[in-house]
Amino acid sequence: MLDFFKRPVLTFQEFVLLAVKTLRGLFQKPYYWDDLFLQMDSLGIGSLPVVILTGFFAGCIMALQMARALQTYGATNQVGQLVAITLVREMGPVLTALMVAGRNASGMASELGSMKVTEQIDAMRALGTDPILKLVKPRLIATAILLPLLTILADFIGMIGGWLVSCVLLSLTTSTHYWNTSWRILEYNDLAQGLIKPFVFAIVIALVGCFYGMETKGGTQGVGLATTRAVVVSSVWIVVLTFIIGRVFVSL
Amino acid sequence: MPESQAPQLAFENVSFAFDETPVLRHISFELHSGETLIVLGAAGSGKTVLLKTALGLLRPSEGRVVLFGADVTADSEKQWFDVRSRIGVLFQEGGLFDSLDVAENVAYPLRNQSARQCPEAEILPKVEQSLQFVDLGQTLDRYPSELSGGMRRRVGIARAIVTQPDLLLYDSPTAGLDPITANLIVALITKGRDVRRATTVMVTHRFQDGEILAGFRYDPSAGGLCLARERGSDARTRFLVLREGEMVFLGTQDELEASPDPYVAKFIPHP
Repeated sequence: MLDFFKRPVLTFQEFVLLAVKTLRGLFQKPYYWDDLFLQMDSLGIGSLPVVILTGFFAGCIMALQMARALQTYGATNQVGQLVAITLVREMGPVLTALMVAGRNASGMASELGSMKVTEQIDAMRALGTDPILKLVKPRLIATAILLPLLTILADFIGMIGGWLVSCVLLSLTTSTHYWNTSWRILEYNDLAQGLIKPFVFAIVIALVGCFYGMETKGGTQGVGLATTRAVVVSSVWIVVLTFIIGRVFVSL
Repeated sequence: MPESQAPQLAFENVSFAFDETPVLRHISFELHSGETLIVLGAAGSGKTVLLKTALGLLRPSEGRVVLFGADVTADSEKQWFDVRSRIGVLFQEGGLFDSLDVAENVAYPLRNQSARQCPEAEILPKVEQSLQFVDLGQTLDRYPSELSGGMRRRVGIARAIVTQPDLLLYDSPTAGLDPITANLIVALITKGRDVRRATTVMVTHRFQDGEILAGFRYDPSAGGLCLARERGSDARTRFLVLREGEMVFLGTQDELEASPDPYVAKFIPHP
């Protein structure tokens, strides 16, 4: 029975150790600026198409589904408010994070995993570089900066998608009313929730991706396994954390 | 003991275990300045673990590792960086960084070892010199993926010697190579050892690699290898044989060839 829990507990312990070392590393020199900008480019610019597409269609779907429910109550002019709140609070942060997890947590795990199995991480340590400062730190900083920005973009594009469906396609309300109501309904609580979530998700995505990469064992098969685990674990944590953070904000 | 007389590398009763599975058991040896140690062992006998323990990449479960006269077993990773700046290492598959070209790979220790502080202007000449040493002077801007297995090992050797370290560690430098390339690699290792009289540890499963390292010397006047005078009996070149993590032999080539141990005898090709 104890053996059953031993591995997950040990894995969690290793993960916490990596997290502590990385967070401590944020205040330690050297800073590898080249690596940071490279990661920001790969994560920020590279994720733009998928984030824009996801955000746009999330907004479209929200407007489409809400239209039917709102028609029942004759409240179709409130579609803007619903789209704005759902996107900013939940859909924007979660969908963007899931997309970035699928794209970048897997990328981090496979890149670091390949480096691990080809002894490049050992070589790095042998040649005077701390892999946590050189590999994990730039990925964490890049994700923590860019995921909130990508989320803001996804939210905005989503609202455009919602406007297209509700005003142009279904003529549920006027454009002015759509934008006015969606703007007014948002409170600081919603915005704070919508920005804290991607920040926390970014930490999870970067640390989980790097952790499974650094823990890779056993050749190319191990790299595949690490990649899968990184995506699954980070996605599950995103869903769990969005509930926890949501719960905290609801009671505020 | 002053550092000049102290062993450059010593293992004192070193054991190592992965998840309670012993990989190295009670290994002890001393290696003084200018000496060569050839570690022979079958796959899974703990050769690579021994080398990684010497480099501080793995920490022994028990025993002491002494490097350059100081006990470094309990050193922090930061302290290890200073120790490692005096060690050159070639990993099994070369351990080259795929994302960097050959010149950047070889320059990596010069740029990143904090104890070194090599001025930028000196880096390129050192890199070129090191690559010329392994006859790869024309490959500076190529990437590791564009090189053959033998060339990657040679770049790895260039990277190991570019800092002119006191101790050189080679992990299975000939694994997976054809005999001609393998002999060329060992000849380069011999040259690297003799040009600067560096202390050398080579891990291998091929007795022939050890035989070249033990029986030949680099002759600078001839620009190639020549037979060593004290061939076979030189106490400065010793063989260590590992069997499932245990040290079953430590001695000269003559002693190795005369060993009655059937496992040790398996490594020596019979005429």
